[in-house]
Amino acid sequence: MTAPVPYRVTDRRVETADTVTLELIGEDGPVFAPGQFAMLTAYGIGEVPISLSGGGRDGRLVHTLRSVGAVTKALHATAPGQVIGVRGPFGTTWDVDAARGRDVLVVAGGIGLAPLRPVVESVLARREEFGRVSVLVGARTPGDLLFPADLRRWRQRADVRVIVDRPAGRWTGNVGLVTGLIPQAEAGPAAAVAYVCGPEVMMRFVAAALIRRGAAEHDIQVSLERDMRCGAGWCGHCQLGPLLLCRDGPVFRYDTVEPLLRVREL
Amino acid sequence: MLSDLTIRVLAQPFFAGLTIGMVRELCECASAESFPAGATIFAEGGAADAFWLLERGTVALGLHAPGRGDQVIETIGPGTVLGWSWLHPPYRWHFGANTIEPVTAVRFDAAAVRLRCETDAEFGYAMLSRLTPIITERLQATRLRLLDLWGTP
Repeated sequence: MTAPVPYRVTDRRVETADTVTLELIGEDGPVFAPGQFAMLTAYGIGEVPISLSGGGRDGRLVHTLRSVGAVTKALHATAPGQVIGVRGPFGTTWDVDAARGRDVLVVAGGIGLAPLRPVVESVLARREEFGRVSVLVGARTPGDLLFPADLRRWRQRADVRVIVDRPAGRWTGNVGLVTGLIPQAEAGPAAAVAYVCGPEVMMRFVAAALIRRGAAEHDIQVSLERDMRCGAGWCGHCQLGPLLLCRDGPVFRYDTVEPLLRVREL
Repeated sequence: MLSDLTIRVLAQPFFAGLTIGMVRELCECASAESFPAGATIFAEGGAADAFWLLERGTVALGLHAPGRGDQVIETIGPGTVLGWSWLHPPYRWHFGANTIEPVTAVRFDAAAVRLRCETDAEFGYAMLSRLTPIITERLQATRLRLLDLWGTP
Protein backbone atom coordinates (compact mmCIF):
# COMPACT_ATOMS: atom_id res chain seq x y z
CA MET A 1 0.00 0.00 0.00
CA THR A 2 1.40 3.40 -0.95
CA ALA A 3 1.83 6.10 1.65
CA PRO A 4 -0.50 9.10 1.56
CA VAL A 5 0.83 12.02 -0.47
CA PRO A 6 0.62 15.43 1.21
CA TYR A 7 -1.89 17.82 -0.36
CA ARG A 8 -2.45 21.36 0.86
CA VAL A 9 -5.96 22.65 1.48
CA THR A 10 -6.32 25.79 -0.64
CA ASP A 11 -10.01 26.45 -0.14
CA ARG A 12 -12.74 25.40 2.27
CA ARG A 13 -16.35 26.14 1.43
CA VAL A 14 -19.15 25.43 3.90
CA GLU A 15 -21.99 23.71 2.01
CA THR A 16 -24.41 22.83 4.83
CA ALA A 17 -24.37 22.59 8.61
CA ASP A 18 -22.26 19.39 8.47
CA THR A 19 -20.75 19.38 4.98
CA VAL A 20 -17.80 21.21 3.46
CA THR A 21 -16.05 21.24 0.11
CA LEU A 22 -12.26 21.17 0.29
CA GLU A 23 -10.02 22.14 -2.58
CA LEU A 24 -6.61 20.49 -2.45
CA ILE A 25 -3.38 21.01 -4.36
CA GLY A 26 -0.63 18.42 -4.53
CA GLU A 27 2.63 18.47 -6.47
CA ASP A 28 2.58 16.21 -9.54
CA GLY A 29 -0.77 14.76 -8.44
CA PRO A 30 -2.15 12.01 -10.67
CA VAL A 31 -5.23 12.51 -12.84
CA PHE A 32 -8.56 11.58 -11.20
CA ALA A 33 -11.64 10.89 -13.32
CA PRO A 34 -15.32 11.54 -12.43
CA GLY A 35 -16.62 8.74 -10.22
CA GLN A 36 -13.25 7.86 -8.74
CA PHE A 37 -12.37 8.42 -5.12
CA ALA A 38 -9.37 9.15 -2.95
CA MET A 39 -8.44 7.92 0.49
CA LEU A 40 -8.10 11.13 2.48
CA THR A 41 -5.95 11.04 5.60
CA ALA A 42 -6.32 13.22 8.63
CA TYR A 43 -2.81 12.67 9.99
CA GLY A 44 -2.79 10.91 13.33
CA ILE A 45 -6.46 10.00 13.13
CA GLY A 46 -7.13 7.86 10.07
CA GLU A 47 -8.25 7.81 6.47
CA VAL A 48 -11.59 7.61 4.67
CA PRO A 49 -12.72 7.14 1.06
CA ILE A 50 -14.16 10.34 -0.40
CA SER A 51 -15.36 10.73 -3.99
CA LEU A 52 -14.10 13.44 -6.24
CA SER A 53 -16.58 16.32 -6.56
CA GLY A 54 -14.43 18.43 -8.89
CA GLY A 55 -10.94 18.98 -10.25
CA GLY A 56 -8.91 15.89 -10.95
CA ARG A 57 -6.20 17.44 -13.12
CA ASP A 58 -2.95 19.33 -12.52
CA GLY A 59 -2.78 18.15 -8.93
CA ARG A 60 -6.05 19.89 -8.02
CA LEU A 61 -8.69 17.84 -6.24
CA VAL A 62 -12.09 18.89 -4.93
CA HIS A 63 -13.79 16.75 -2.31
CA THR A 64 -17.09 17.32 -0.57
CA LEU A 65 -17.44 15.54 2.75
CA ARG A 66 -19.87 15.32 5.61
CA SER A 67 -18.75 15.20 9.22
CA VAL A 68 -20.02 11.85 10.48
CA GLY A 69 -17.10 10.21 12.30
CA ALA A 70 -13.69 10.92 13.82
CA VAL A 71 -11.80 11.18 10.52
CA THR A 72 -14.41 13.16 8.61
CA LYS A 73 -14.83 15.42 11.64
CA ALA A 74 -11.09 16.21 11.51
CA LEU A 75 -11.11 16.69 7.73
CA HIS A 76 -14.23 18.85 8.02
CA ALA A 77 -12.32 21.11 10.41
CA THR A 78 -9.23 21.59 8.22
CA ALA A 79 -8.52 25.16 7.18
CA PRO A 80 -6.80 26.55 4.09
CA GLY A 81 -3.05 26.12 4.46
CA GLN A 82 -3.27 22.86 6.36
CA VAL A 83 -2.04 19.58 4.87
CA ILE A 84 -3.93 16.32 4.54
CA GLY A 85 -2.87 13.01 3.00
CA VAL A 86 -4.19 11.63 -0.28
CA ARG A 87 -3.97 8.16 -1.76
CA GLY A 88 -5.49 7.40 -5.11
CA PRO A 89 -7.12 7.57 -7.56
CA PHE A 90 -9.18 4.50 -6.82
CA GLY A 91 -12.16 2.89 -8.45
CA THR A 92 -14.16 2.92 -11.63
CA THR A 93 -15.48 6.02 -13.40
CA TRP A 94 -18.85 7.27 -14.57
CA ASP A 95 -19.12 6.36 -18.26
CA VAL A 96 -20.21 9.75 -19.57
CA ASP A 97 -19.46 8.78 -23.18
CA ALA A 98 -22.16 6.11 -22.94
CA ALA A 99 -24.71 8.95 -23.14
CA ARG A 100 -23.33 10.62 -26.28
CA GLY A 101 -26.18 11.22 -28.69
CA ARG A 102 -28.74 10.37 -26.02
CA ASP A 103 -30.56 12.06 -23.15
CA VAL A 104 -28.80 12.37 -19.80
CA LEU A 105 -30.64 11.86 -16.53
CA VAL A 106 -28.72 12.60 -13.33
CA VAL A 107 -30.51 11.65 -10.12
CA ALA A 108 -28.90 12.56 -6.81
CA GLY A 109 -29.93 12.23 -3.19
CA GLY A 110 -28.23 14.20 -0.41
CA ILE A 111 -24.46 14.08 -0.55
CA GLY A 112 -24.81 11.80 -3.57
CA LEU A 113 -24.76 14.96 -5.64
CA ALA A 114 -21.04 15.38 -4.84
CA PRO A 115 -19.73 12.47 -6.96
CA LEU A 116 -22.24 13.35 -9.70
CA ARG A 117 -21.14 16.97 -9.92
CA PRO A 118 -18.22 16.12 -12.28
CA VAL A 119 -20.69 14.21 -14.50
CA VAL A 120 -22.89 17.28 -14.87
CA GLU A 121 -19.89 19.54 -15.49
CA SER A 122 -18.50 17.11 -18.04
CA VAL A 123 -21.82 16.86 -19.91
CA LEU A 124 -22.37 20.63 -19.91
CA ALA A 125 -18.82 21.20 -21.16
CA ARG A 126 -19.76 19.08 -24.21
CA ARG A 127 -23.43 20.02 -24.21
CA GLU A 128 -23.92 19.64 -27.97
CA GLU A 129 -22.98 15.95 -27.84
CA PHE A 130 -26.02 15.05 -25.75
CA GLY A 131 -29.78 15.28 -26.05
CA ARG A 132 -31.95 16.58 -23.24
CA VAL A 133 -30.18 16.86 -19.90
CA SER A 134 -32.12 16.60 -16.63
CA VAL A 135 -30.60 16.87 -13.17
CA LEU A 136 -32.92 15.76 -10.36
CA VAL A 137 -31.78 16.49 -6.83
CA GLY A 138 -33.33 15.41 -3.53
CA ALA A 139 -32.36 16.51 -0.03
CA ARG A 140 -33.70 16.24 3.49
CA THR A 141 -34.37 19.98 3.89
CA PRO A 142 -33.68 23.12 1.83
CA GLY A 143 -30.68 23.76 4.10
CA ASP A 144 -29.18 20.41 3.11
CA LEU A 145 -29.03 21.18 -0.60
CA LEU A 146 -25.48 21.08 -1.92
CA PHE A 147 -23.95 23.41 -4.50
CA PRO A 148 -26.80 25.95 -4.79
CA ALA A 149 -24.66 28.23 -6.98
CA ASP A 150 -23.90 25.32 -9.31
CA LEU A 151 -27.58 24.38 -9.49
CA ARG A 152 -28.41 27.94 -10.60
CA ARG A 153 -25.63 27.87 -13.19
CA TRP A 154 -26.60 24.43 -14.51
CA ARG A 155 -30.21 25.59 -14.86
CA GLN A 156 -29.14 27.85 -17.73
CA ARG A 157 -28.17 24.84 -19.85
CA ALA A 158 -30.08 21.91 -18.38
CA ASP A 159 -33.39 20.92 -16.84
CA VAL A 160 -32.59 21.10 -13.12
CA ARG A 161 -35.23 20.14 -10.55
CA VAL A 162 -34.93 20.03 -6.78
CA ILE A 163 -37.11 18.37 -4.14
CA VAL A 164 -36.90 18.20 -0.35
CA ASP A 165 -38.37 15.81 2.21
CA ARG A 166 -39.19 18.49 4.72
CA PRO A 167 -39.94 22.01 3.58
CA ALA A 168 -38.72 24.74 5.88
CA GLY A 169 -38.73 28.50 6.00
CA ARG A 170 -39.96 30.11 2.82
CA TRP A 171 -39.50 27.02 0.66
CA THR A 172 -42.02 27.02 -2.18
CA GLY A 173 -40.40 24.30 -4.28
CA ASN A 174 -41.10 20.61 -4.64
CA VAL A 175 -41.73 18.41 -1.60
CA GLY A 176 -41.37 14.64 -1.60
CA LEU A 177 -38.94 11.95 -2.71
CA VAL A 178 -36.66 12.46 -5.70
CA THR A 179 -38.56 9.73 -7.57
CA GLY A 180 -41.45 12.20 -7.73
CA LEU A 181 -39.43 14.35 -10.13
CA ILE A 182 -38.90 11.59 -12.69
CA PRO A 183 -42.27 12.02 -14.48
CA GLN A 184 -41.54 15.75 -14.86
CA ALA A 185 -38.00 15.40 -16.20
CA GLU A 186 -37.40 16.61 -19.74
CA ALA A 187 -34.95 13.76 -20.34
CA GLY A 188 -36.96 10.62 -20.99
CA PRO A 189 -35.88 7.51 -19.06
CA ALA A 190 -36.29 5.31 -22.14
CA ALA A 191 -34.03 7.58 -24.19
CA ALA A 192 -31.48 8.37 -21.50
CA VAL A 193 -28.45 7.07 -19.75
CA ALA A 194 -29.05 7.62 -16.04
CA TYR A 195 -26.41 8.39 -13.40
CA VAL A 196 -27.68 7.79 -9.88
CA CYS A 197 -26.07 8.36 -6.49
CA GLY A 198 -27.49 8.68 -3.00
CA PRO A 199 -28.60 6.45 -0.15
CA GLU A 200 -28.53 2.87 -1.45
CA VAL A 201 -32.22 2.24 -0.81
CA MET A 202 -33.08 5.45 -2.65
CA MET A 203 -31.01 4.29 -5.63
CA ARG A 204 -32.98 1.04 -5.77
CA PHE A 205 -36.26 2.92 -5.84
CA VAL A 206 -34.98 5.43 -8.40
CA ALA A 207 -33.80 2.58 -10.62
CA ALA A 208 -37.18 0.84 -10.28
CA ALA A 209 -39.00 4.05 -11.19
CA LEU A 210 -36.76 4.56 -14.23
CA ILE A 211 -37.22 0.97 -15.38
CA ARG A 212 -41.02 1.29 -15.04
CA ARG A 213 -40.74 4.22 -17.45
CA GLY A 214 -38.76 2.33 -20.05
CA ALA A 215 -35.12 2.63 -18.96
CA ALA A 216 -32.90 -0.38 -19.56
CA GLU A 217 -30.99 -1.68 -16.53
CA HIS A 218 -27.70 -1.46 -18.42
CA ASP A 219 -28.32 2.24 -19.08
CA ILE A 220 -28.43 3.03 -15.36
CA GLN A 221 -25.14 3.67 -13.58
CA VAL A 222 -24.98 3.78 -9.79
CA SER A 223 -22.23 4.53 -7.29
CA LEU A 224 -22.04 2.19 -4.29
CA GLU A 225 -19.99 3.17 -1.29
CA ARG A 226 -20.74 0.52 1.33
CA ASP A 227 -18.26 0.39 4.16
CA MET A 228 -14.98 0.96 2.30
CA ARG A 229 -11.81 0.84 4.37
CA CYS A 230 -8.54 0.12 2.53
CA GLY A 231 -9.50 1.36 -0.94
CA ALA A 232 -7.37 -1.31 -2.58
CA GLY A 233 -9.45 -4.47 -2.37
CA TRP A 234 -7.38 -6.05 0.40
CA CYS A 235 -9.41 -5.81 3.58
CA GLY A 236 -12.75 -7.09 2.25
CA HIS A 237 -14.90 -4.72 4.30
CA CYS A 238 -16.75 -3.51 1.20
CA GLN A 239 -17.40 -6.96 -0.26
CA LEU A 240 -20.76 -7.29 -1.97
CA GLY A 241 -21.15 -10.84 -3.27
CA PRO A 242 -18.33 -11.40 -5.75
CA LEU A 243 -17.50 -7.67 -5.87
CA LEU A 244 -15.19 -5.53 -3.82
CA LEU A 245 -16.75 -2.12 -4.16
CA CYS A 246 -13.52 -0.17 -3.73
CA ARG A 247 -11.73 -2.21 -6.39
CA ASP A 248 -14.54 -3.17 -8.79
CA GLY A 249 -16.59 0.00 -8.16
CA PRO A 250 -17.76 2.34 -6.87
CA VAL A 251 -19.53 2.98 -10.20
CA PHE A 252 -21.44 0.02 -11.59
CA ARG A 253 -24.00 -0.60 -14.28
CA TYR A 254 -27.25 -1.39 -12.51
CA ASP A 255 -27.69 -4.74 -14.29
CA THR A 256 -24.44 -5.88 -12.65
CA VAL A 257 -25.40 -5.06 -9.07
CA GLU A 258 -29.21 -5.18 -8.96
CA PRO A 259 -29.42 -8.78 -7.64
CA LEU A 260 -26.72 -8.04 -5.06
CA LEU A 261 -28.44 -5.02 -3.56
CA ARG A 262 -31.05 -7.25 -1.97
CA VAL A 263 -28.42 -9.36 -0.19
CA ARG A 264 -28.42 -8.69 3.52
CA GLU A 265 -25.21 -7.68 5.24
CA LEU A 266 -23.58 -10.30 7.50
CA MET B 1 -62.04 13.64 -35.67
CA LEU B 2 -60.56 13.96 -32.20
CA SER B 3 -61.50 16.80 -29.90
CA ASP B 4 -58.79 19.10 -28.51
CA LEU B 5 -59.33 17.61 -25.10
CA THR B 6 -58.93 14.06 -26.42
CA ILE B 7 -55.67 15.05 -28.10
CA ARG B 8 -54.43 16.61 -24.86
CA VAL B 9 -55.25 13.46 -22.89
CA LEU B 10 -53.66 11.21 -25.51
CA ALA B 11 -50.45 13.27 -25.23
CA GLN B 12 -50.07 12.34 -21.56
CA PRO B 13 -48.08 9.15 -20.87
CA PHE B 14 -50.36 8.48 -17.93
CA PHE B 15 -53.12 7.25 -20.25
CA ALA B 16 -50.80 5.45 -22.68
CA GLY B 17 -52.23 2.15 -23.80
CA LEU B 18 -55.90 3.10 -23.48
CA THR B 19 -57.84 2.55 -26.68
CA ILE B 20 -59.04 5.63 -28.56
CA GLY B 21 -62.56 4.54 -27.65
CA MET B 22 -61.74 4.53 -23.95
CA VAL B 23 -60.05 7.93 -24.13
CA ARG B 24 -63.09 9.31 -25.94
CA GLU B 25 -65.33 7.86 -23.24
CA LEU B 26 -63.14 9.36 -20.57
CA CYS B 27 -63.11 12.74 -22.25
CA GLU B 28 -66.90 12.80 -22.21
CA CYS B 29 -66.46 13.25 -18.46
CA ALA B 30 -63.69 15.84 -18.81
CA SER B 31 -63.16 19.56 -19.11
CA ALA B 32 -60.13 21.83 -19.37
CA GLU B 33 -59.24 23.87 -16.30
CA SER B 34 -56.56 26.32 -15.32
CA PHE B 35 -55.65 27.88 -12.00
CA PRO B 36 -53.44 30.84 -11.08
CA ALA B 37 -50.63 30.46 -8.57
CA GLY B 38 -51.89 30.28 -4.99
CA ALA B 39 -55.32 28.96 -5.90
CA THR B 40 -57.12 26.26 -3.94
CA ILE B 41 -58.10 23.35 -6.16
CA PHE B 42 -59.78 21.52 -3.32
CA ALA B 43 -59.92 21.85 0.44
CA GLU B 44 -59.36 19.20 3.09
CA GLY B 45 -62.67 17.57 4.01
CA GLY B 46 -64.46 18.81 0.89
CA ALA B 47 -66.39 16.60 -1.51
CA ALA B 48 -64.02 14.58 -3.70
CA ASP B 49 -65.99 15.03 -6.89
CA ALA B 50 -63.18 15.15 -9.44
CA PHE B 51 -59.59 14.31 -10.29
CA TRP B 52 -57.13 16.16 -12.48
CA LEU B 53 -54.50 15.21 -15.01
CA LEU B 54 -51.83 17.87 -14.53
CA GLU B 55 -50.33 19.22 -17.72
CA ARG B 56 -48.38 22.21 -16.41
CA GLY B 57 -47.54 23.63 -13.00
CA THR B 58 -47.14 22.23 -9.52
CA VAL B 59 -49.68 21.57 -6.78
CA ALA B 60 -48.95 21.29 -3.06
CA LEU B 61 -50.88 18.70 -1.06
CA GLY B 62 -51.19 19.56 2.59
CA LEU B 63 -53.27 20.03 5.65
CA HIS B 64 -53.67 22.54 8.42
CA ALA B 65 -52.14 21.56 11.75
CA PRO B 66 -53.30 23.62 14.71
CA GLY B 67 -50.40 25.62 16.05
CA ARG B 68 -48.21 24.83 13.05
CA GLY B 69 -50.19 26.33 10.22
CA ASP B 70 -50.44 24.89 6.72
CA GLN B 71 -48.15 21.90 6.27
CA VAL B 72 -47.09 20.78 2.79
CA ILE B 73 -46.86 17.00 2.63
CA GLU B 74 -46.01 16.53 -1.00
CA THR B 75 -46.01 18.36 -4.31
CA ILE B 76 -47.49 16.92 -7.47
CA GLY B 77 -46.13 17.93 -10.87
CA PRO B 78 -47.04 17.66 -14.53
CA GLY B 79 -47.67 14.29 -16.14
CA THR B 80 -49.43 12.76 -13.19
CA VAL B 81 -52.82 12.63 -11.55
CA LEU B 82 -54.04 14.75 -8.68
CA GLY B 83 -56.65 13.22 -6.40
CA TRP B 84 -57.81 9.70 -5.62
CA SER B 85 -60.20 10.21 -2.69
CA TRP B 86 -62.97 10.07 -5.30
CA LEU B 87 -62.34 6.35 -5.77
CA HIS B 88 -63.86 5.16 -2.50
CA PRO B 89 -66.45 6.36 0.02
CA PRO B 90 -66.81 8.68 1.79
CA TYR B 91 -65.56 10.65 -1.26
CA ARG B 92 -64.01 13.38 0.87
CA TRP B 93 -60.58 14.94 0.37
CA HIS B 94 -58.12 13.82 3.04
CA PHE B 95 -55.78 16.69 2.20
CA GLY B 96 -56.08 20.06 0.56
CA ALA B 97 -54.50 21.00 -2.79
CA ASN B 98 -53.14 24.46 -3.59
CA THR B 99 -51.28 25.57 -6.69
CA ILE B 100 -47.69 26.73 -6.25
CA GLU B 101 -47.49 28.05 -9.79
CA PRO B 102 -50.06 28.48 -12.57
CA VAL B 103 -51.59 25.11 -13.43
CA THR B 104 -53.29 23.80 -16.52
CA ALA B 105 -55.06 20.50 -16.19
CA VAL B 106 -57.79 18.27 -17.48
CA ARG B 107 -60.54 17.80 -14.90
CA PHE B 108 -62.49 14.55 -14.82
CA ASP B 109 -65.89 14.32 -13.20
CA ALA B 110 -65.55 11.64 -10.53
CA ALA B 111 -69.16 10.44 -10.41
CA ALA B 112 -69.30 10.04 -14.19
CA VAL B 113 -65.97 8.16 -14.34
CA ARG B 114 -67.03 5.93 -11.42
CA LEU B 115 -70.29 5.12 -13.16
CA ARG B 116 -68.43 4.07 -16.31
CA CYS B 117 -66.01 2.00 -14.25
CA GLU B 118 -68.93 0.21 -12.57
CA THR B 119 -70.85 -0.46 -15.78
CA ASP B 120 -67.89 -1.30 -18.04
CA ALA B 121 -65.49 -3.70 -16.38
CA GLU B 122 -62.87 -3.36 -19.11
CA PHE B 123 -62.90 0.42 -18.80
CA GLY B 124 -62.81 0.19 -15.01
CA TYR B 125 -59.87 -2.21 -15.03
CA ALA B 126 -57.96 0.01 -17.46
CA MET B 127 -58.52 3.04 -15.24
CA LEU B 128 -57.49 1.29 -12.04
CA SER B 129 -54.46 -0.20 -13.78
CA ARG B 130 -53.24 3.34 -14.36
CA LEU B 131 -54.20 4.79 -11.01
CA THR B 132 -52.90 2.07 -8.68
CA PRO B 133 -49.23 2.38 -9.75
CA ILE B 134 -49.42 6.09 -8.91
CA ILE B 135 -50.89 5.29 -5.51
CA THR B 136 -48.26 2.59 -4.94
CA GLU B 137 -45.39 4.85 -5.96
CA ARG B 138 -46.54 7.63 -3.66
CA LEU B 139 -47.03 5.19 -0.79
CA GLN B 140 -43.52 3.79 -1.31
CA ALA B 141 -42.06 7.28 -1.49
CA THR B 142 -43.81 8.20 1.75
CA ARG B 143 -42.47 5.07 3.44
CA LEU B 144 -38.93 5.90 2.33
CA ARG B 145 -39.29 9.43 3.64
CA LEU B 146 -40.35 7.96 7.00
CA LEU B 147 -37.08 6.03 7.10
CA ASP B 148 -35.11 9.30 6.79
CA LEU B 149 -32.24 7.62 4.95
CA TRP B 150 -30.20 10.77 4.44
CA GLY B 151 -27.63 9.93 7.11
CA THR B 152 -26.43 6.89 5.17
CA PRO B 153 -24.11 7.01 2.15
